[in-house]
Amino acid sequence: MKNLIYIILGTFFGIAMYKAEAASWFRIYEMFNFQSFHMYGFISTALLMGAVGLQVLKRYEAKDIDGKKIVIQPKEKSIARYLLGGILFGLGWALVGACPGPIFVLLGAGVWQMLIVIAFALLGTYLYGLIKNKLPH
Amino acid sequence: MDVILGPWPWYVGGALVAIIMLTLIILGKSFGFSSNFRTLCSALGAGNSCDFFKFDWKAQRWNLLFLVGAIIGGFVSANYLSVNQIPEINENTVTQLHQLGFESAGQTYVPSEIFGKLSVKNILILSIGGLLIGFGTRYAGGCTSGHAISGLSDLQLPSLIAVIGFFIGGLFMVHVLFPLVF
Repeated sequence: MKNLIYIILGTFFGIAMYKAEAASWFRIYEMFNFQSFHMYGFISTALLMGAVGLQVLKRYEAKDIDGKKIVIQPKEKSIARYLLGGILFGLGWALVGACPGPIFVLLGAGVWQMLIVIAFALLGTYLYGLIKNKLPH
Repeated sequence: MDVILGPWPWYVGGALVAIIMLTLIILGKSFGFSSNFRTLCSALGAGNSCDFFKFDWKAQRWNLLFLVGAIIGGFVSANYLSVNQIPEINENTVTQLHQLGFESAGQTYVPSEIFGKLSVKNILILSIGGLLIGFGTRYAGGCTSGHAISGLSDLQLPSLIAVIGFFIGGLFMVHVLFPLVF
């Protein structure tokens, strides 16, 4: 039963990304050319609603269903890893025109070429695991 | 029905994503898609050769189910909730793409020049893109969902730095590398 919740949430996520076109290569290209408000509006709406919702949950010291206090794990302080990792991801995001979520959404939509992207994303993640201790963090 | 079958406005998409993120938080989880790559590596046995993948990946099973849902969502959208949906991108963007050689701009959901024929060039584009996404997200500790949505919603500085990085990379790819690649 609990498993089903995650599948349903994922399904809604996939539908939202596809139907509102955040999974379209063209929308990502347009965004990086600052030629439409579409993607900025999408992200801003998610951010604003998310930020307000989180503040409300924290203000009322809401608990999650396991009874634990709601906290988002603070990310460790650093600049190098976020900036360098972010740049590498940004290059891939613009090239493939999809971030990790939409890669799978598009696979479901029948863009089977995404299997190549997924295989190499797994390889990329593995390579990071192999050399992470040699990288500036 | 047109409201469902037509393209959905950005504010509907954004609002749904926020609701999904908040629901995950209430369920005691967090919204972060790219960690699935690490989980999958671990499930495939990467922990045998690399400590980074030695963790209880089964605790992340919920996120893999979310991933399965995302695939189902894409299938349902494309097959039952759309009539050949084509993003109405800016006319200037279309003209610009035509000049780059993307004839499919304004006619398809994803460019057939990249996702059509499986040429050597396209295989290279898809594999290099995949490598950058897999390596970059783990190095940065998250992708658009974990940093740009969850992290920024929580006003975390590291996420802002990561998002600035996403844009430096994306802008460099589109404005400097695209003219060389296409």
